[in-house]
Amino acid sequence: MKNNERLETTYLIIGSSAGGIGAAESIREMDKSGRIVITSDEPYPAYSRPLISEYLAGERIVEEMLFRPADFYEQHGIELLLGKKVKSLDLGRKVVEMDSGERITWEKLLLATGGKPIVPDIKGLNQKGVFTFLTLGDAKAIADYIGSVSRAVVIGGGLIGISVTEALMKLGVAVNVVEMKDRVLNTILDDEASLMTEQNLKRKGVGIITGHTVSEIMGESSMEGVILDNGERVPCELVVMAIGVLPRTELARNTGIKVNRGIVVDRHMATSCPDVYACGDVAEAYDFIYGINRITPIWPNAYIGGMVAGRNMAGIEADYAGGTAMNSLNYFGMDITTAGIVAPQDSSVYEVISRRREDGVYQKVILGDGLVKGMVFIGDIEKSGMIFGLMRGMVKVDGFKHELLADDFGLAYFPAELRRERLGVVPSKAATKS
Amino acid sequence: MGCGLCQVYCKTQHSVSKDILKAFKKESPRPVSRIRVERKAEICFSLRCRHCDEPWCVYSCLTGAMHRDVATGMVVVDRNKCMGCWTCIVACPNGALTRDLDNKIVAKCDLCPGLEVPACVANCPNDALVLVEEDKEDVPEFAGSSVRM
Ligand SMILES: Cc1cc2nc3c(=O)[nH]c(=O)nc-3n(C[C@H](O)[C@H](O)[C@H](O)COP(=O)(O)OP(=O)(O)OC[C@H]3O[C@@H](n4cnc5c(N)ncnc54)[C@H](O)[C@@H]3O)c2cc1C
Repeated sequence: MKNNERLETTYLIIGSSAGGIGAAESIREMDKSGRIVITSDEPYPAYSRPLISEYLAGERIVEEMLFRPADFYEQHGIELLLGKKVKSLDLGRKVVEMDSGERITWEKLLLATGGKPIVPDIKGLNQKGVFTFLTLGDAKAIADYIGSVSRAVVIGGGLIGISVTEALMKLGVAVNVVEMKDRVLNTILDDEASLMTEQNLKRKGVGIITGHTVSEIMGESSMEGVILDNGERVPCELVVMAIGVLPRTELARNTGIKVNRGIVVDRHMATSCPDVYACGDVAEAYDFIYGINRITPIWPNAYIGGMVAGRNMAGIEADYAGGTAMNSLNYFGMDITTAGIVAPQDSSVYEVISRRREDGVYQKVILGDGLVKGMVFIGDIEKSGMIFGLMRGMVKVDGFKHELLADDFGLAYFPAELRRERLGVVPSKAATKS
Repeated sequence: MGCGLCQVYCKTQHSVSKDILKAFKKESPRPVSRIRVERKAEICFSLRCRHCDEPWCVYSCLTGAMHRDVATGMVVVDRNKCMGCWTCIVACPNGALTRDLDNKIVAKCDLCPGLEVPACVANCPNDALVLVEEDKEDVPEFAGSSVRM
């Protein structure tokens, strides 16, 4: 495609990751021939973003990270434009303009642009050796740089911070994690689970500094370390900024598309502007636990939201049942699953059932209005799927709430009707093919 | 009747030796049963992956390892792609997926490739396990569970 050339497509998807692929697959299922174009400003076909940690650790090569087989796009008749950034949207004319000047017209547009790292204004930020950790490109840049690095500081003790920390430790780099709040993984874990995680990290040799921020990155020609807000100096040759991710809403701004923190979408994943959809980390979609639209930046929600968007784009009405924050982690050998409200403030509304075993097992279920509203599992996580299923299905659990964490908990405790449905012994099949 | 033989035969079938004693006592990595048997008073059944029409595990897989095989319609896991994050385990509302901790890969029912009838069905002394084909799913309540194709 040359400059100023114009490409005409039925479906245009911006972003080739979880959300974009989910949409493209479901569009193709519904519409066998409509033209589908996906643009990505990254130079790779869709890859598993969470795997960039294993890439950095040298455990996987790019080919082993691809989300779909190499011939996926061809097989599905999807045109992929790589390394192409969309610069602006013209909703009136239904055309986008690329950085390179080309234009693409569309009938249905999906914004699956994901997130961008939050980079606060810290002194010394522009020197060599400061990285973010969101893309394969970031992981490659760190891998290229790491040669002589023996010490690193990771700013932010969230999921991405812990993920890059594990990779760095595997490479023999000593890591200090600086977390502003008083505990790591504080948005997805409760106090006790955070503490258990922190103890595990420390056992594995990770330095954890909580309750502080980095106020300066030191060094003239080469990096010397960071200065914390209390004046303390932590020496290092590499800094990873992992404070958080913001929805990458820039394309939607000033176009009339309603943007709150993320791009606001309805249950069809449609934005406030006709024929424009959004999903994934960039979108503010329905959260069934909170009952409102929220940002829930996780891979499954991006993919499922994309599937729903795709159907609607292809003219088949489908509703997003809603997603919530749900994560399964096993960094540093510790299995953790978490979802929904994990640390409820108001004990008059929420009831907590939990147990802790000597062998490092911790399980907690948060109940409200007779429904499961949240969960945290550490160690023995295999039954967390059944709990999450009850959450998602909004199943009244009053009748068996005390058994939710019993050793023999299972479908046997479910209401009979639901159990039969799940086991497939109902007379009429409950799950209908849509 | 909750004898649990299905689990025994499942584990054996998914071992290298296919020999019960070796499978249970000697092999490393340890073979893993992909079946859970639940017993609670008069309720008793054997449970495994149902290769759902709406496979939440597939929708939730972070790497694309969990997918539906186009040829067979089965939900299968690509062992090379699985990173052992267990997101699929959280996604499955039936708890039908298991951690294969030795291999750090998820283990699930594969309907015993190479066998005409899955090992659990073939070895159920009570004929409680039946193999049902898609769209013929009217399994009588007395059947302990259906093994769904
Ligand atoms: C290290 C790490 C670990 C993670 N671990 C987990 C985990 O364990 N579990 C989990 O559920 N989630 C995890 N996540 C989060 C998960 O990766 C995201 O939720 C998911 O990638 C969101 O998918 P998406 O399709 O919305 O957007 P993204 O994956 O962010 O993709 C958006 C794409 O759009 C492109 N793009 C944006 N703007 C433009 C433009 N103007 N023109 C062209 N292209 C554009 C971007 O470059 C990008 O390629 C992790 C993320 C990271 C970074």
